Amino acid sequence: MSKKFLSGNEAFAEGIRLACPQVISAYPITPQTIVVERLSEMVEDGSLKAEYVHVESEHSALSCAIGASAAGARAFTATSSQGLLYMAECLYYAAGGRFPIVMMNADRSTALPWNIYGDQRDSLSQLDSGWIQAYAENAQEALDLALMSYKIAENKAVSTPFMANLDGFVLTHTYETVDIPEREQADRFLPPYETDNRIDLDNPKNMAFSAGPDTNYIFKYKEHEGVLAARKVIAETEKEFAEIFGRKYSGLTENYRTEDADYIIVTLGSIAGLCRETADKLREKGVKAGVVRIRYMRPFPNEEIAEALSNAKAYAVLEKDISFGNEGTVFTNVNSALKKAGVSVKGYNFIGGLGGRNISAADIEKIYKDIENGTESVNFIGIGGEDNGK
Amino acid sequence: MKEIIWLGRGGQGAFTAAKLLGAAYTIDDDEKYGLAFPSFGPERRGAPVRAFTKLDTKPVVDRSQTEKADYIVILDDTLYSPQLLELLKGEGNVIVNSKNDISGVLTFDGEKIASEFRLPTVNTVMFGLLVGLSEVVTADNAIEAIKGYMPQKIQERNINALLRAVQEVAK
Repeated sequence: MSKKFLSGNEAFAEGIRLACPQVISAYPITPQTIVVERLSEMVEDGSLKAEYVHVESEHSALSCAIGASAAGARAFTATSSQGLLYMAECLYYAAGGRFPIVMMNADRSTALPWNIYGDQRDSLSQLDSGWIQAYAENAQEALDLALMSYKIAENKAVSTPFMANLDGFVLTHTYETVDIPEREQADRFLPPYETDNRIDLDNPKNMAFSAGPDTNYIFKYKEHEGVLAARKVIAETEKEFAEIFGRKYSGLTENYRTEDADYIIVTLGSIAGLCRETADKLREKGVKAGVVRIRYMRPFPNEEIAEALSNAKAYAVLEKDISFGNEGTVFTNVNSALKKAGVSVKGYNFIGGLGGRNISAADIEKIYKDIENGTESVNFIGIGGEDNGK
Repeated sequence: MKEIIWLGRGGQGAFTAAKLLGAAYTIDDDEKYGLAFPSFGPERRGAPVRAFTKLDTKPVVDRSQTEKADYIVILDDTLYSPQLLELLKGEGNVIVNSKNDISGVLTFDGEKIASEFRLPTVNTVMFGLLVGLSEVVTADNAIEAIKGYMPQKIQERNINALLRAVQEVAK
């Protein structure tokens, strides 16, 4: 293992180098991030033996990855923001074709107004595309996700593409210390990709075909089962990862001081660290505060969230997203989890960090205070007044 | 937590200095943690740039831009303004690369040192001044960071410039 001071992008690229994809397709123009530049350097210097395909758009980048995966290759691409939206058509093709492609998405704002700063509206708008969606908190988790992602996506029961999300700038462009595993460890953890879901001249079959009303629903049901199967596979993969690399992860969610917590913030991505620190501070003042960090939005941690919140007095969902005309999408998902489990706890939505706006420790402390005292159902951090979220 | 704000212009290497400091602090101690990041947004050569380094003995979880700094290091004196003093913590200091004295801050002719070592930028000189004044990292660890994170052909000149700067402010 070697220790390096790297950005989230660079850490993810190191993880991808260890995962040995055979084809990397990339469109290098804004809002793309450094991850594909680092990978092109690795291909150039021979430390990553992959076909690097320079394409003319994000739509083509994912199309190329789909083609590579259909030929039986391990494929990687990366995008961000409007680039992800331009790919949207292909996201559904990749998922429906059951191609276990891995894509890094730098979570950034969507237009208009034009803005390249971080928020989570890009990836959360694509929750229904059939991809597994993971959200990293720091550069080490990003690197580790890069390695685990292929193992999860390529599992025969799952066979689903995997989107690893890194918060734009605060994670993708921020440097910190990461441990880079040894090649030998990575090879032991992740064997080469083998699949029957590929073009094979000796065993010709129809792929990416049409399916009418008589069978289409069966394919969609199977696709759903594939994403759900990832629940178990993620747990198994993390167990094996811990055995080989010594770092433990906690599945679809990560709970912090929730056992006896009265007030819990549910959030995702890099802001979770500041939430935990704020919870610690409040605990010293006698407020029983806790944090649930959602690590996977798909498959969604219904049971985990319901269990963590079941004894709380109130919870807040803090997210960098809004579904206009309703509320934050994460809030909708969390509320549904509680409803299904028969858990009745008062919940509030806090929308913040849009277009890169900072969320401060004081903002988080105020969230805990607001949910203790009761507030509007949907709140926009930084915007007050009576029309707040109504 | 120690927080350092770096001010420079695009191309002067302010962010490189911010990274080198973070790397130097964490390079031989697993109990030390650092974050380094540029002011977020589009990059343009010549435009004012801010970079940030946060150093602590526990993981740094606040990823937002520093509001109060222990040190502010300014690579280009045209970027100095007295309002910057308000960004300092009580004991903090501002270190400016300038040929002129500026009241209330520490000025050094970084360009003179850089030119001795045929360096077009003052970032490692200013890093050296910070190391010498603050002792937040050792000169040895600063050298290790340069060896680990700068291209090989410019390492020696930058190491020598850094050491010369440390010497300049040696107590």
